[in-house]
Amino acid sequence: MSRAFIALLVRDLRLAARIGGGGGMAVFFFLVVVAAVPLGIGPAPDLLARIAPGMLWVALLLSSLLTLDRLFQADHEDGSLDLLTMGRLPLELVVVAKAVGHFLTTGLPLVVAAPLLGLMLNLEVAAFPALMLAMLVGAPALSFLGVIGAGLTVGIRRGGLLASLLVLPFYIPVLIFGVGAARAALAGFPDGVAAQSLALLAAVTLASLVIGPVAAAAALRANLR
Amino acid sequence: MTTSELRLSASHLACERGGRLVFDGVSFTVGSGEALVLTGPNGSGKSSLLRQIAGLLESGPDSLRVEGGDPELTLAEQSHYVGHLDGLKPAMTVAETLHFWAAWFGTGAGAAHVAAALDGMNLASLADLPAAYLSAGQKRRLALARLLAAPRPVWLLDEPTVGLDTASIARLGHAMQAHLAGGGLIVAATHLDLGLATAKTLDLGTGVLS
Repeated sequence: MSRAFIALLVRDLRLAARIGGGGGMAVFFFLVVVAAVPLGIGPAPDLLARIAPGMLWVALLLSSLLTLDRLFQADHEDGSLDLLTMGRLPLELVVVAKAVGHFLTTGLPLVVAAPLLGLMLNLEVAAFPALMLAMLVGAPALSFLGVIGAGLTVGIRRGGLLASLLVLPFYIPVLIFGVGAARAALAGFPDGVAAQSLALLAAVTLASLVIGPVAAAAALRANLR
Repeated sequence: MTTSELRLSASHLACERGGRLVFDGVSFTVGSGEALVLTGPNGSGKSSLLRQIAGLLESGPDSLRVEGGDPELTLAEQSHYVGHLDGLKPAMTVAETLHFWAAWFGTGAGAAHVAAALDGMNLASLADLPAAYLSAGQKRRLALARLLAAPRPVWLLDEPTVGLDTASIARLGHAMQAHLAGGGLIVAATHLDLGLATAKTLDLGTGVLS
């Protein structure tokens, strides 16, 4: 059973590396959004520094949404999703493998790239550790909540926008607590304040690890039959 | 593959698609070493019946039953399904594709089965080629090689010969006969005679089992 899980994860990572849509594209999208912000706002380093954590989180959210819609759709269109439901691995674990693959190819590269882009937004170096830690804790939630939208829209061509609309409300808590953690560090609050946001963010992630796969598998079953 | 006798039976199976009744009252029994060939005009429900057996479409409670085989596994988990879509990823090579499906469907001994599958469908010379460069017939052969890459007792084949040349059809017929001889079970929708001596035929247009 774990062999099938690993085989699926390796297949997805390999495909992401070969045909794009994986880490590279998400990082470039992240870069484009963040590079556009100073141009739109104008030369105001103080303002940029203040909105930097929020901008980085919004960019992370958008990159995550951008890559979600093909998660099951590609497999559905070429018939392999049918075959994936016939394996001995429960559909819930198929979803987990897909979500882990999404996190590794989209969330993780963006967390690594975040400090570089933080410099572009004049973010204080002191806030980097808190920001990266918050992103690392929160990014899995983006993947595990996102699979619900991807599962619901699997049969719809150009369902990406619909998936985004469905998923975005679930992303809001991640955004609030994620920005909260970085902001607390930036404002020089005592460590406890950032830890509080971080704990709530971790709670959201843990809940999504359970709810996401079950909900997405139910959505896939309803869609496939 | 389990050695115990396997028996797949349908009783008063019905299928409804988009509010239209495709067929109803379909009953048949297929046992180990037997093949059932589905015929009938377009739209008579050959593909739907195969998808019902594969668990990809709803079937009524108790209308499909399986006896024998591995009691731990559902019918779908003991079945191979080759439908109209080949389920291939253009960026993956022939060998990678088979290794993946062997790991996905199989229980072990993947590498030996993959080598046998490459030979069985005459794909060995294409093993390192990405699936994007395969012809339609070669893609089909790769989809069929899945059957050999991971042994499962029930084969569900939906028009398996589409796009195949005569040599490949003979190879498929040979593989199907070997599967039946090994105690396997085949349900296939096809218009070609695959040379299966023991095959029963179910005409979904008229509902006649012969």
